Amino acid sequence: MSYKFKRLYFLIIFGSGIALAIFFILKALEEKIVFFYSPSEILVKEIDHTRLIRIGGLVLDESISYEKDGLVVSFTVTDNKNNVQVNYKGILPDLFREGQGVVAEGKIDTDNKIFYAEKVLAKHDENYMPPEVKKIISD
Amino acid sequence: MIKYFHKFANPVRFLKLAIPIKKISGIAAFFTIFIGLIFALLLSPPDYQQKETVRIMYIHVPSAWMSLMTYGFIFLSSVFFLIWRFPLFLILAKESVPIGIIFTFSALISGALWGKPTWGTYWVWDARLTSFLILFFIFLGLKLIKDTFSNSSKGNYTFAYLSLVGGFNLPIIKFSVDWWNTLHQPASIIRTGGISVSNEMLAPLFLMALGLFFLFIYILLVSVEINIKEKSLINFRDSLKNN
Repeated sequence: MSYKFKRLYFLIIFGSGIALAIFFILKALEEKIVFFYSPSEILVKEIDHTRLIRIGGLVLDESISYEKDGLVVSFTVTDNKNNVQVNYKGILPDLFREGQGVVAEGKIDTDNKIFYAEKVLAKHDENYMPPEVKKIISD
Repeated sequence: MIKYFHKFANPVRFLKLAIPIKKISGIAAFFTIFIGLIFALLLSPPDYQQKETVRIMYIHVPSAWMSLMTYGFIFLSSVFFLIWRFPLFLILAKESVPIGIIFTFSALISGALWGKPTWGTYWVWDARLTSFLILFFIFLGLKLIKDTFSNSSKGNYTFAYLSLVGGFNLPIIKFSVDWWNTLHQPASIIRTGGISVSNEMLAPLFLMALGLFFLFIYILLVSVEINIKEKSLINFRDSLKNN
Protein backbone atom coordinates (compact mmCIF):
# COMPACT_ATOMS: atom_id res chain seq x y z
CA MET A 1 0.00 0.00 0.00
CA SER A 2 1.40 3.34 -0.99
CA TYR A 3 1.84 6.22 1.41
CA LYS A 4 -0.89 8.18 -0.33
CA PHE A 5 -3.50 5.55 0.47
CA LYS A 6 -2.29 5.23 4.05
CA ARG A 7 -2.71 8.98 4.45
CA LEU A 8 -6.11 8.87 2.79
CA TYR A 9 -7.34 6.12 5.14
CA PHE A 10 -5.96 8.01 8.10
CA LEU A 11 -7.87 11.13 7.04
CA ILE A 12 -11.08 9.16 6.57
CA ILE A 13 -10.79 7.68 10.08
CA PHE A 14 -9.83 11.08 11.49
CA GLY A 15 -12.82 12.72 9.79
CA SER A 16 -15.33 10.07 10.84
CA GLY A 17 -14.12 10.36 14.44
CA ILE A 18 -14.75 14.08 14.45
CA ALA A 19 -18.11 13.72 12.70
CA LEU A 20 -19.20 11.15 15.28
CA ALA A 21 -18.12 13.38 18.18
CA ILE A 22 -19.95 16.38 16.73
CA PHE A 23 -23.05 14.28 16.15
CA PHE A 24 -23.20 13.21 19.80
CA ILE A 25 -22.58 16.74 21.04
CA LEU A 26 -25.41 18.11 18.90
CA LYS A 27 -27.68 15.25 19.91
CA ALA A 28 -27.04 16.02 23.58
CA LEU A 29 -27.64 19.73 23.06
CA GLU A 30 -30.73 19.29 20.90
CA GLU A 31 -33.11 20.74 23.49
CA LYS A 32 -30.91 23.78 24.07
CA ILE A 33 -30.30 24.67 20.43
CA VAL A 34 -33.99 25.09 19.67
CA PHE A 35 -34.71 28.80 19.52
CA PHE A 36 -38.40 28.68 20.42
CA TYR A 37 -41.21 26.32 21.37
CA SER A 38 -44.43 25.96 19.43
CA PRO A 39 -47.75 26.37 21.28
CA SER A 40 -48.23 22.58 21.22
CA GLU A 41 -44.84 22.01 22.85
CA ILE A 42 -45.65 24.58 25.53
CA LEU A 43 -48.72 22.59 26.56
CA VAL A 44 -46.91 19.27 27.01
CA LYS A 45 -43.56 20.55 28.32
CA GLU A 46 -42.52 20.98 31.93
CA ILE A 47 -41.97 24.73 31.99
CA ASP A 48 -40.16 26.81 34.55
CA HIS A 49 -42.59 29.68 35.02
CA THR A 50 -39.99 31.97 36.54
CA ARG A 51 -37.65 31.88 33.53
CA LEU A 52 -37.78 33.61 30.16
CA ILE A 53 -38.79 31.31 27.31
CA ARG A 54 -39.60 31.89 23.66
CA ILE A 55 -42.63 30.76 21.75
CA GLY A 56 -43.02 30.91 18.01
CA GLY A 57 -45.73 30.36 15.44
CA LEU A 58 -48.09 32.28 13.23
CA VAL A 59 -50.22 35.21 14.35
CA LEU A 60 -53.80 33.93 14.19
CA ASP A 61 -56.05 35.85 11.76
CA GLU A 62 -58.28 38.45 13.42
CA SER A 63 -56.72 37.89 16.81
CA ILE A 64 -54.87 41.19 17.24
CA SER A 65 -56.50 43.64 19.62
CA TYR A 66 -55.10 46.84 21.08
CA GLU A 67 -55.91 48.38 24.46
CA LYS A 68 -57.24 51.93 24.45
CA ASP A 69 -53.79 53.46 24.99
CA GLY A 70 -52.61 51.78 21.79
CA LEU A 71 -49.49 50.39 23.45
CA VAL A 72 -50.68 47.16 25.00
CA VAL A 73 -51.48 44.59 22.37
CA SER A 74 -52.73 41.05 22.64
CA PHE A 75 -52.74 38.43 19.90
CA THR A 76 -52.89 34.67 19.53
CA VAL A 77 -49.93 32.56 18.38
CA THR A 78 -50.90 29.36 16.64
CA ASP A 79 -49.20 26.36 15.08
CA ASN A 80 -52.52 25.35 13.50
CA LYS A 81 -53.07 22.82 16.29
CA ASN A 82 -52.89 24.75 19.53
CA ASN A 83 -53.06 28.44 20.44
CA VAL A 84 -51.46 30.59 23.10
CA GLN A 85 -52.58 34.13 23.87
CA VAL A 86 -49.74 36.67 24.03
CA ASN A 87 -49.89 40.02 25.83
CA TYR A 88 -47.25 42.59 24.99
CA LYS A 89 -46.53 46.24 25.71
CA GLY A 90 -44.14 47.94 23.34
CA ILE A 91 -43.31 48.57 19.72
CA LEU A 92 -43.94 45.74 17.28
CA PRO A 93 -41.61 45.08 14.32
CA ASP A 94 -42.76 46.31 10.88
CA LEU A 95 -43.35 42.83 9.53
CA PHE A 96 -45.71 41.94 12.40
CA ARG A 97 -49.17 41.18 10.99
CA GLU A 98 -51.83 38.53 10.87
CA GLY A 99 -50.78 35.27 9.28
CA GLN A 100 -47.06 36.14 9.67
CA GLY A 101 -44.48 34.22 11.66
CA VAL A 102 -43.61 35.64 15.07
CA VAL A 103 -41.29 34.77 17.97
CA ALA A 104 -42.09 36.17 21.43
CA GLU A 105 -39.78 36.12 24.44
CA GLY A 106 -41.26 36.29 27.94
CA LYS A 107 -42.91 34.31 30.70
CA ILE A 108 -46.02 32.19 30.71
CA ASP A 109 -48.57 32.20 33.56
CA THR A 110 -48.90 29.13 35.76
CA ASP A 111 -51.84 27.56 33.97
CA ASN A 112 -50.14 27.92 30.52
CA LYS A 113 -52.89 30.20 29.21
CA ILE A 114 -51.42 33.69 28.80
CA PHE A 115 -47.90 34.51 27.67
CA TYR A 116 -46.49 37.83 28.90
CA ALA A 117 -44.00 38.87 26.23
CA GLU A 118 -41.10 41.21 26.89
CA LYS A 119 -39.88 41.15 23.29
CA VAL A 120 -41.60 40.33 20.01
CA LEU A 121 -39.64 39.48 16.85
CA ALA A 122 -41.03 38.96 13.37
CA LYS A 123 -40.08 35.81 11.48
CA HIS A 124 -40.51 36.00 7.75
CA ASP A 125 -40.69 33.14 5.27
CA GLU A 126 -38.27 32.16 2.51
CA ASN A 127 -40.35 33.62 -0.35
CA TYR A 128 -39.16 36.75 -2.12
CA MET A 129 -41.20 38.38 -4.89
CA PRO A 130 -42.31 41.77 -6.13
CA PRO A 131 -45.71 43.05 -4.85
CA GLU A 132 -47.35 42.62 -8.29
CA VAL A 133 -46.50 38.90 -8.37
CA LYS A 134 -47.83 38.46 -4.84
CA LYS A 135 -51.08 40.13 -5.93
CA ILE A 136 -51.48 37.77 -8.88
CA ILE A 137 -50.81 34.74 -6.68
CA SER A 138 -53.24 35.73 -3.95
CA ASP A 139 -56.06 36.71 -6.33
CA MET B 1 -5.33 13.41 -14.15
CA ILE B 2 -2.89 13.07 -11.27
CA LYS B 3 0.01 13.52 -13.71
CA TYR B 4 -1.59 16.78 -14.73
CA PHE B 5 -1.70 17.86 -11.10
CA HIS B 6 1.97 17.02 -10.73
CA LYS B 7 2.84 19.32 -13.58
CA PHE B 8 1.20 22.33 -11.93
CA ALA B 9 2.25 21.43 -8.41
CA ASN B 10 5.49 23.20 -9.24
CA PRO B 11 4.74 26.71 -7.95
CA VAL B 12 6.71 28.55 -10.63
CA ARG B 13 4.99 26.63 -13.42
CA PHE B 14 1.68 27.28 -11.68
CA LEU B 15 2.35 31.03 -11.78
CA LYS B 16 2.65 30.95 -15.57
CA LEU B 17 -0.91 29.69 -15.73
CA ALA B 18 -2.17 31.76 -12.80
CA ILE B 19 -1.11 35.25 -13.85
CA PRO B 20 -3.34 35.47 -16.96
CA ILE B 21 -6.27 33.97 -15.00
CA LYS B 22 -5.67 36.58 -12.31
CA LYS B 23 -5.89 39.42 -14.82
CA ILE B 24 -9.04 38.08 -16.45
CA SER B 25 -10.85 37.47 -13.17
CA GLY B 26 -9.92 40.94 -11.88
CA ILE B 27 -11.57 42.55 -14.90
CA ALA B 28 -14.51 40.12 -14.75
CA ALA B 29 -15.04 40.85 -11.04
CA PHE B 30 -15.16 44.59 -11.65
CA PHE B 31 -17.74 44.39 -14.44
CA THR B 32 -19.93 41.67 -12.90
CA ILE B 33 -20.15 43.50 -9.57
CA PHE B 34 -20.77 46.81 -11.36
CA ILE B 35 -23.65 45.39 -13.44
CA GLY B 36 -24.87 43.38 -10.44
CA LEU B 37 -25.08 46.54 -8.33
CA ILE B 38 -27.06 48.36 -11.02
CA PHE B 39 -29.55 45.49 -11.03
CA ALA B 40 -29.55 45.18 -7.23
CA LEU B 41 -30.02 48.85 -6.42
CA LEU B 42 -32.00 50.20 -9.39
CA LEU B 43 -33.56 47.65 -11.71
CA SER B 44 -34.83 44.95 -9.34
CA PRO B 45 -38.27 45.33 -7.77
CA PRO B 46 -38.96 45.79 -4.02
CA ASP B 47 -40.23 42.78 -2.07
CA TYR B 48 -43.94 42.33 -1.33
CA GLN B 49 -43.45 42.33 2.43
CA GLN B 50 -39.98 43.76 3.09
CA LYS B 51 -40.21 46.59 0.53
CA GLU B 52 -36.81 48.18 -0.28
CA THR B 53 -35.02 46.48 2.63
CA VAL B 54 -34.79 43.31 0.55
CA ARG B 55 -31.86 44.88 -1.37
CA ILE B 56 -29.60 44.03 1.57
CA MET B 57 -30.04 40.43 0.40
CA TYR B 58 -27.87 41.11 -2.68
CA ILE B 59 -24.89 41.78 -0.41
CA HIS B 60 -25.73 39.45 2.45
CA VAL B 61 -26.51 36.23 0.61
CA PRO B 62 -23.57 36.27 -1.87
CA SER B 63 -21.16 37.09 0.99
CA ALA B 64 -22.51 34.21 3.05
CA TRP B 65 -22.29 31.82 0.08
CA MET B 66 -18.74 32.91 -0.65
CA SER B 67 -17.60 32.47 2.94
CA LEU B 68 -18.93 28.90 2.89
CA MET B 69 -17.32 28.31 -0.50
CA THR B 70 -14.01 29.73 0.72
CA TYR B 71 -14.06 27.40 3.71
CA GLY B 72 -14.92 24.47 1.45
CA PHE B 73 -11.96 25.41 -0.75
CA ILE B 74 -9.63 25.57 2.27
CA PHE B 75 -10.96 22.19 3.42
CA LEU B 76 -10.36 20.50 0.05
CA SER B 77 -6.93 22.09 -0.41
CA SER B 78 -5.93 20.86 3.05
CA VAL B 79 -7.09 17.33 2.20
CA PHE B 80 -5.07 17.39 -1.04
CA PHE B 81 -2.08 18.77 0.83
CA LEU B 82 -2.27 16.08 3.50
CA ILE B 83 -2.54 13.27 0.97
CA TRP B 84 -0.24 14.40 -1.87
CA ARG B 85 1.96 16.81 0.10
CA PHE B 86 2.11 19.38 -2.70
CA PRO B 87 3.11 22.68 -1.09
CA LEU B 88 0.98 24.54 -3.65
CA PHE B 89 -2.22 23.29 -2.00
CA LEU B 90 -1.02 24.58 1.35
CA ILE B 91 -0.29 27.99 -0.15
CA LEU B 92 -3.77 28.08 -1.72
CA ALA B 93 -5.43 27.09 1.57
CA LYS B 94 -3.46 29.59 3.64
CA GLU B 95 -3.96 32.51 1.30
CA SER B 96 -7.74 31.92 1.24
CA VAL B 97 -8.09 32.51 4.98
CA PRO B 98 -8.04 36.36 5.02
CA ILE B 99 -10.52 36.43 2.10
CA GLY B 100 -12.82 34.13 4.06
CA ILE B 101 -12.61 36.43 7.07
CA ILE B 102 -13.73 39.40 4.97
CA PHE B 103 -16.66 37.52 3.39
CA THR B 104 -17.82 36.15 6.75
CA PHE B 105 -17.53 39.55 8.40
CA SER B 106 -19.49 41.19 5.60
CA ALA B 107 -22.24 38.53 5.84
CA LEU B 108 -22.49 39.01 9.62
CA ILE B 109 -22.65 42.82 9.45
CA SER B 110 -25.10 42.97 6.53
CA GLY B 111 -27.20 40.30 8.26
CA ALA B 112 -27.37 42.35 11.46
CA LEU B 113 -28.36 45.47 9.50
CA TRP B 114 -31.02 43.44 7.68
CA GLY B 115 -32.29 41.82 10.87
CA LYS B 116 -33.12 45.08 12.61
CA PRO B 117 -35.75 46.33 10.11
CA THR B 118 -37.23 42.91 9.32
CA TRP B 119 -37.07 40.83 12.51
CA GLY B 120 -36.80 43.70 14.99
CA THR B 121 -33.36 42.82 16.33
CA TYR B 122 -29.71 42.99 15.25
CA TRP B 123 -28.78 39.65 16.73
CA VAL B 124 -30.30 36.55 18.30
CA TRP B 125 -28.59 33.36 19.43
CA ASP B 126 -30.41 31.00 17.11
CA ALA B 127 -28.72 28.02 15.46
CA ARG B 128 -28.02 29.66 12.08
CA LEU B 129 -26.59 32.91 13.42
CA THR B 130 -24.54 31.21 16.12
CA SER B 131 -23.05 28.58 13.79
CA PHE B 132 -22.12 31.35 11.34
CA LEU B 133 -20.41 33.32 14.11
CA ILE B 134 -18.47 30.15 14.96
CA LEU B 135 -17.33 29.99 11.31
CA PHE B 136 -15.97 33.52 11.75
CA PHE B 137 -14.03 32.45 14.85
CA ILE B 138 -12.69 29.35 13.06
CA PHE B 139 -11.41 31.61 10.26
CA LEU B 140 -9.76 33.89 12.84
CA GLY B 141 -8.18 30.85 14.51
CA LEU B 142 -6.76 29.61 11.20
CA LYS B 143 -5.35 33.06 10.50
CA LEU B 144 -3.66 33.05 13.91
CA ILE B 145 -2.11 29.60 13.34
CA LYS B 146 -0.99 30.50 9.83
CA ASP B 147 0.72 33.71 11.00
CA THR B 148 2.25 32.23 14.14
CA PHE B 149 3.85 29.18 12.51
CA SER B 150 4.49 30.65 9.08
CA ASN B 151 7.78 28.84 8.46
CA SER B 152 7.52 25.54 10.27
CA SER B 153 6.48 22.22 8.79
CA LYS B 154 4.72 21.27 12.05
CA GLY B 155 2.77 24.51 11.83
CA ASN B 156 1.71 23.58 8.31
CA TYR B 157 0.26 20.28 9.48
CA THR B 158 -1.44 21.92 12.45
CA PHE B 159 -3.06 24.36 10.05
CA ALA B 160 -4.18 21.64 7.64
CA TYR B 161 -5.61 19.35 10.32
CA LEU B 162 -7.40 22.16 12.17
CA SER B 163 -8.98 23.36 8.95
CA LEU B 164 -10.35 19.82 8.53
CA VAL B 165 -11.75 19.89 12.07
CA GLY B 166 -13.44 23.22 11.34
CA GLY B 167 -15.14 21.66 8.31
CA PHE B 168 -17.78 20.04 10.51
CA ASN B 169 -19.37 23.47 10.82
CA LEU B 170 -20.31 23.72 7.11
CA PRO B 171 -23.16 21.16 7.12
CA ILE B 172 -24.32 22.54 10.47
CA ILE B 173 -24.62 26.04 8.99
CA LYS B 174 -26.40 24.79 5.89
CA PHE B 175 -28.93 22.56 7.68
CA SER B 176 -29.31 24.52 10.94
CA VAL B 177 -32.51 26.10 9.64
CA ASP B 178 -34.02 22.66 8.93
CA TRP B 179 -32.82 20.76 11.99
CA TRP B 180 -33.86 23.28 14.63
CA ASN B 181 -36.38 26.07 15.15
CA THR B 182 -34.61 29.27 14.20
CA LEU B 183 -35.53 32.91 13.72
CA HIS B 184 -33.62 32.82 10.41
CA GLN B 185 -35.89 31.69 7.58
CA PRO B 186 -35.19 28.39 5.75
CA ALA B 187 -33.19 28.21 2.50
CA SER B 188 -34.63 29.92 -0.60
CA ILE B 189 -32.37 28.61 -3.38
CA ILE B 190 -30.99 25.13 -2.64
CA ARG B 191 -34.06 23.44 -1.20
CA THR B 192 -36.61 20.74 -2.02
CA GLY B 193 -39.52 22.31 -3.88
CA GLY B 194 -37.45 24.61 -6.08
CA ILE B 195 -36.30 28.20 -5.84
CA SER B 196 -38.63 30.50 -3.91
CA VAL B 197 -37.16 33.78 -5.12
CA SER B 198 -38.74 35.49 -8.13
CA ASN B 199 -36.69 35.72 -11.34
CA GLU B 200 -36.25 39.51 -11.23
CA MET B 201 -34.56 39.13 -7.86
CA LEU B 202 -32.49 36.09 -8.84
CA ALA B 203 -30.66 38.03 -11.57
CA PRO B 204 -28.90 40.52 -9.24
CA LEU B 205 -28.39 37.78 -6.63
CA PHE B 206 -26.52 35.49 -9.02
CA LEU B 207 -24.65 38.37 -10.67
CA MET B 208 -23.37 39.55 -7.30
CA ALA B 209 -22.45 35.99 -6.32
CA LEU B 210 -20.55 35.52 -9.59
CA GLY B 211 -18.83 38.88 -9.08
CA LEU B 212 -17.71 37.95 -5.58
CA PHE B 213 -16.49 34.60 -6.93
CA PHE B 214 -14.28 36.35 -9.52
CA LEU B 215 -13.13 38.71 -6.77
CA PHE B 216 -12.16 35.69 -4.65
CA ILE B 217 -10.14 34.18 -7.52
CA TYR B 218 -8.47 37.52 -8.16
CA ILE B 219 -7.46 38.25 -4.55
CA LEU B 220 -6.40 34.62 -4.04
CA LEU B 221 -4.13 34.59 -7.09
CA VAL B 222 -2.60 37.97 -6.19
CA SER B 223 -1.77 36.63 -2.69
CA VAL B 224 -0.45 33.34 -4.07
CA GLU B 225 1.74 35.17 -6.59
CA ILE B 226 3.21 37.34 -3.83
CA ASN B 227 3.73 34.31 -1.60
CA ILE B 228 5.54 32.27 -4.28
CA LYS B 229 7.69 35.17 -5.46
CA GLU B 230 8.60 36.02 -1.86
CA LYS B 231 9.67 32.43 -1.23
CA SER B 232 11.81 32.24 -4.36
CA LEU B 233 13.40 35.57 -3.44
CA ILE B 234 14.30 34.22 0.02
CA ASN B 235 15.72 31.06 -1.56
CA PHE B 236 17.76 33.16 -3.97
CA ARG B 237 19.13 35.33 -1.13
CA ASP B 238 20.02 32.23 0.91
CA SER B 239 21.83 30.68 -2.07
CA LEU B 240 23.91 33.88 -2.43
CA LYS B 241 24.84 33.71 1.25
CA ASN B 242 25.95 30.10 1.02
CA ASN B 243 28.26 30.75 -1.92
